[in-house]
This record gives sequence, structure tokens and C-alpha cells, in this order.
Amino acid sequence: MHEMALCEGIIGIVEEEARKRSFTKVNVVCLEIGALSHVAPEAMKFCFEAVAARTIARGARLEIVETPGMAWCMACSESVEIKQRYEPCPSCGGYQLQVTGGEEMRVRELEVD
Amino acid sequence: MLDCGANPAGQEIAGMSSDRIIQVERDILGKNDRLAADNRARFHADEVLAFNLVSSPGAGKTSLLVRAVSELKDSFPIGVIEGDQQTSNDAERIRATGVAAIQVNTGKGCHLDAAMVGQAYDRLPWLNGGILFIENVGNLVCPAAFDLGEACKIVVFSTTEGEDKPLKYPDMFAAASLMLINKIDLAPVLDFDLAKTVEYARRVNPDIEVMTVSARTGEGFSAFYAWIRRRWAKAKQAEMAMQG
Repeated sequence: MHEMALCEGIIGIVEEEARKRSFTKVNVVCLEIGALSHVAPEAMKFCFEAVAARTIARGARLEIVETPGMAWCMACSESVEIKQRYEPCPSCGGYQLQVTGGEEMRVRELEVD
Repeated sequence: MLDCGANPAGQEIAGMSSDRIIQVERDILGKNDRLAADNRARFHADEVLAFNLVSSPGAGKTSLLVRAVSELKDSFPIGVIEGDQQTSNDAERIRATGVAAIQVNTGKGCHLDAAMVGQAYDRLPWLNGGILFIENVGNLVCPAAFDLGEACKIVVFSTTEGEDKPLKYPDMFAAASLMLINKIDLAPVLDFDLAKTVEYARRVNPDIEVMTVSARTGEGFSAFYAWIRRRWAKAKQAEMAMQG
């Protein structure tokens, strides 16, 4: 369950931002999670609530913006969208794909008081 | 762009609601990645080649390491970091070969992180110009996300597992540079389909190198050692080129 460790990372970032930018309450934490990243959004929401409980982010809503998985197909010489790593190129059906996007796991923004 | 979050004093701006949107744009694993970069710099300074071994539980990582460190220890200074939730059994198995090993118990944790590896590395003897093997917690999911500062990940897969494991756990096979297919001596009795396994692994990672080994019989290990020596020579060459 590495979502737990990732949530601790999110809280660490939120607490650092709170010190730097002087806010005391967080209403929304907005994440950017790539389709090919190491995260199951549902597990993330479950863990976030537990990890946030005794922190500045207590009660904050977790919003997850999912970004598409993108890959460069060497056979087609073009950028294609894939939903999973083991998927073939939607154009040619081949597997000569280099992932170019959709691996992000970022805190994008916070809505604070 | 109006970035209310950049207001350093944090005071209210007239005409705006008390809710502020703060642009953060920071990687969730940023802290681990920074510590991993520190580890990588230390390995680089010590000219240590570090490998992160990952697999499901029971694929034979420790048996494989016991054989490898016994047979390589006369050629290189070697250290091992062992990650498990509990017990120091694995470190003891390594130490029995005469090679230094540090056990990290992650408790409830399902993976090693860069901070743990940095602390364990402090406790190893100086590996000047040698090899560090990091044996991660047996788990094909979580360790994929955590950079430890290694030169590369080696995924150990065994013939007793299903051929489609690379498809079921694509992140790990995508993150690894080398796949060692262990327990190859058992393949005949298991109807193990090597070609299919390799095909599935290359679907998620077209560049992954593949070798078959048996930690029990020693089959395939000379090719593995040749691979390590090539990586080591390449790292050395890059080092020399940087020094000009």
C-alpha cells in the first residue's frame, strides 16, 4: 500500500507550503495523477483521509486530475494515447512504444483559507 | 497569471475572497527523489555501482545474491542492503558468505525508500570501486515508484510464477533494465513458456534485457557476471570521460 507513503509525501508538501505562505486551513488539495503512474486514485482518497486526520489538511477534499498516458510509437513515428503500459499502439498494433507522458504524480494546487 | 499564492506575507488582498488558490506544482515523491539524488552522488563519488533488486516474494532474490556475492567477492568490494518487513534472516545469509550486509526492517512499509538506503549505506564499510546490491522488499508494486539512487533496477522473475506477470505488474517491468528469469532448472517440469514471458516483458518494456539463471545450479550466472562487468566498465569509462 504505497499510497500511504505517497499521502505522507503530500501532507509534507502541504505543511511546507503552509509555513512558507502562512495559511492555517486547507479546503482542497488538487493532484495531477498520470494514467501510467503508480497510483490507484481510489486507494489514494482512502489513505489521504487517514493520513490527513491530525494535520493541517484535516477534512480537506482531495481532487484528482487524471492526465492521459502518452507514448511515442517508433513504427508509426507519432505520439499516441495508451491507457495501460501493456497496450499496443492503437494505430499499428505494435509494442514498440516509448512512454512520453502520464507518469506524473504531483500536487498541482491548494485551496486554502 | 495572477498567483495569489505567491503573496509572501499571506495577507488578504482587498476584493478577493478569503479562499486562496495556491499553485504548488510539486512532485509527490520530490523528497524521496532528492534523497535518491544524494545517494546517487555518494555512489558516484565512491565509484560504486548500485543495483536495486526487485521481485515478488519467493522469486529467489536472496539465493541468487548469496551465489553472486560469493562468486564476485574476490573481484570487487561488495556490500548488500537487505530490505524486509521483519527479521534479519536475509542479512545473516549474506554475512555467512563473508560479505558485509545491513538489514533494514521496514515494519509495516512495503518498500525501501531513499532515506533508508542512505542510512544503511552509512553503516557499510567503504566499497570504493565496488558493487552495492540492494535487495528490496518482495513486492512487485510499491518498490517501482521509489528511486533509491541505484544505477538500475534488476527484476527477478521465477519460472514458478505465471508468464503473464509482466502484464499484471507492468510498472515494475517497465522500470527495470534487466530481467533475470530464475529457477530455470525447473522449467521442464513446469511447462514454463520462456518465449511468452519474454514477449510479455517486452510489451511493457521494449528495451529490457533478459537472462535465464538458476540460483540452485549456477546455470546462467557467468552471463550475468559478464553483464555486471560490462555495466561496471561502462560506468568507469563515463567517469574517465568526465574527468577528461
